Amino acid sequence: MSTIAAQPPLAPHDTDELAELVRTHPRPLEPVGGGSKRAIGRPVAADLLDLSAFTGIVAYEPDELVLTARAATPLATLEQALAAHGQRFAFEPPDFGSLLGAERAQTIGGVLACNLAGSRRIAGGAARDHFLGFEAVSGRGERFKAGGKVVKNVTGYDLPKLMAGSWGTLAVLTEVTLRVAPVPETERTLLVQADTPARALEILTLAMNSSCDVSSAAYDPWQGAALRLEGFDASVTARLTALLELLGNAETETLAHDRSRALWIKHAGAHALADWAIVWRISVPPSHAPAVLASLEPERYVLDWAGGLIFAAYANLDPARVRGALREGHATLIKAPVAARATTCSFQPPPASLAAAFDRIKAAFDPNHRLNPRRLD
Amino acid sequence: MICLPEPDAEILARRGAILAGLSKLVAPGNVIDDALRLKAYETDALTAYRQPPLAVVLPESTAEVAAILRYAERERVNVVPRGAGTSLSGGAIPAADAIVVGLGKFNRILDIDYANRCVVAQSGVTNLALSHAVADRGFYYAPDPSSQIACTIGGNVAENSGGVHCLKYGLTTNNVLGLELVTPDGEVLRLGGKHLDSGHYDLLGLTVGSEGLIGIVTEVTVRILKRPQTARALLIAFPSVEEAGATVAAIIASGIIPSGMEMMDRPAIHAAEAFVHAGYPLDAEALLIVELDGPAVEVDLLIERVTAIAAAHDASSCRASQSEQERLAFWAGRKAAFPAVGRLSPDYYCMDGTIPRRELPKVLRAISDMSARFGLRVANVFHAGDGNLHPLILYDANVGEELEKAEQFGQEILKLCVDVGGVLTGEHGVGLEKRDLMTYQFGPTDLEIQHRVKRAFDADLRFNPGKVYPALSRCAELGREHVHAGTERFPGVPRF
Repeated sequence: MSTIAAQPPLAPHDTDELAELVRTHPRPLEPVGGGSKRAIGRPVAADLLDLSAFTGIVAYEPDELVLTARAATPLATLEQALAAHGQRFAFEPPDFGSLLGAERAQTIGGVLACNLAGSRRIAGGAARDHFLGFEAVSGRGERFKAGGKVVKNVTGYDLPKLMAGSWGTLAVLTEVTLRVAPVPETERTLLVQADTPARALEILTLAMNSSCDVSSAAYDPWQGAALRLEGFDASVTARLTALLELLGNAETETLAHDRSRALWIKHAGAHALADWAIVWRISVPPSHAPAVLASLEPERYVLDWAGGLIFAAYANLDPARVRGALREGHATLIKAPVAARATTCSFQPPPASLAAAFDRIKAAFDPNHRLNPRRLD
Repeated sequence: MICLPEPDAEILARRGAILAGLSKLVAPGNVIDDALRLKAYETDALTAYRQPPLAVVLPESTAEVAAILRYAERERVNVVPRGAGTSLSGGAIPAADAIVVGLGKFNRILDIDYANRCVVAQSGVTNLALSHAVADRGFYYAPDPSSQIACTIGGNVAENSGGVHCLKYGLTTNNVLGLELVTPDGEVLRLGGKHLDSGHYDLLGLTVGSEGLIGIVTEVTVRILKRPQTARALLIAFPSVEEAGATVAAIIASGIIPSGMEMMDRPAIHAAEAFVHAGYPLDAEALLIVELDGPAVEVDLLIERVTAIAAAHDASSCRASQSEQERLAFWAGRKAAFPAVGRLSPDYYCMDGTIPRRELPKVLRAISDMSARFGLRVANVFHAGDGNLHPLILYDANVGEELEKAEQFGQEILKLCVDVGGVLTGEHGVGLEKRDLMTYQFGPTDLEIQHRVKRAFDADLRFNPGKVYPALSRCAELGREHVHAGTERFPGVPRF
């Protein structure tokens, strides 16, 4: 909000100060790590809570496949530390910087709070699937922890799942523990010509239902279908051969490691839609994609997640058209001017029975709406 | 000694009326009230504890479940959900004043959808039936808890079940796409579906692993995977646990995630070999089974790499399976480890902590010391890849205080797991068994917040009372009738 610039910065130095602020600050708070996703969702009428003191790696044990970091540690810092040991986050956090024009880098806490995963979602899981444990301050200003720091744990409710995708409306994450994974020896991408979404879906489904272990499957009508293979070099070569055989005489092109990586960074971040004013991110059952696209009639789109994720771009906002196109799934307005976001629900409005359950969950953590009020409404 | 909340005398006094009320909600014969048949529901796989419920009701539809839960809410009756009753932590053990809602009749697969690579099933379908339903097209459902022949997908959801392959393929929570959940007030919630990620608070993720505390799952959508082209296993023996542990760390550090990586200590090796004659080396202090799956060319390559890593860590022997028959033979001893240990002793008690793997030698030494102190033998099997330890404590319930000693021994092991940075349970759940240890892992505020989450669904705490969270004012001792080896529940169900 424009009023924020006039406020003195609220930047707690440690968790106790943070808890005290959440308990006593006279107005609601908008927790911010890197600020890269502030342009998503309803603009929040709250004072900015700067978490930049909560940075740094707390523990990283490559052969335990576990990393613990303070929540506002820049994602890039962690990715560098992981790369030094041949590891990464398997859910491939997407960078929407080119889409949203964010000036600051995203943080691991933000990635988890928004449960954002990239193209590898279909094989590597979502951010929530790699989120093992956390420490946080609830909307009541209580310090608490949940989950654990080991890869296998079923002790108590899986609250990391609840934090993932809560967009900072339940608690302020201060420290997070994630599972990490080895970087594959190599990757290659097969581009396959496809003129229609229906043909693209055919190709994506054929590949996904094969034994070729495709880790990403996307479609850009300007570029064709894209199928990514990752793993040990010999294995990728064998699977590529099998995939080409499966596709028969379709027109294809193979991208080697570097070009493959570059392509998927762009895909996950929906770079192709950067110039559009309105962008929706829509999750549907993959087989619904062609029909949903037909009723969405986007001016530009790309598909990811084997057809299960649609990025749809428009010049003008028409929520009724988008919401009306879905038989199952959810649509998030991921890019829109601030005025439009103030009057439109960016997230999928839940049915009444679910909305009541969400309200009770919100009340369990933040009964007085201290954190990000109405952000998800 | 574990206990349940004191039963509500007023509810017990109204038993007749409650039975009559339930009978109006389901088809004739679907309310069980006679003592003999109720006995079948008095425990689960934590057989040391027994308590018949007030009644068992067997609904046949989601609408019936909702009607039962609305009735239970109105009558203020406690509810214990039950799938196959294979919980190792007492998650399905009834309370005297509770009705058990059995999901046995929810046994239909509703939709096999290859285009979206998922299966929709009622919650009483067994884990293995899901894989069987899609086997002809080369698909399977990945999580494979050892009781998969008997356990239900609804129970897997409640416990967030694992299995030997979860290092590579994840737990239940990573493989469930959608749920139908009936909440304690009888509301039917549809969570997730055939699409990915929930778009708001992840109630799907919250429900998985909630141990029957926030509602009854009636329908589950799971993702299915294409079965890997091939799988091979390595059987690697070590002169010390330290070297075996270092090998596991080196395999993972080299960028290999095996589909399974299991460790056994000397007592477990000997017990298994005596039972199934798998050809395990009896002079080893630790044995590793490493399974690799995928395209043949990849599996062969990784077999070579793991063999080299084992050699560099002073493995005393290393055999790679040359046939599917040999691979299964390598596994036979591991999969028979529980019954094999059961032959050494009238009773055994299986623990389930997770530790950071680097702490393994220290933890095993401490367990060995405890074993001497308690005068009870112990054999250790270990999901080595993810640090999930299963010490099997041997005891004889008919001898003096051995059961109490075994329980104390188990509690000390689990506290040690927490002390070294691990957790109380990796895959069996807290249930009744580990409830009173929750305060050891979590602080009062941590537990209060989890309680608030429960109350968001179950405001008057009627669902699976006495489980997971230690908030008891009054306590009733459970029956301790004990069943000995050979007559345990589900004798045909493998345990590993």
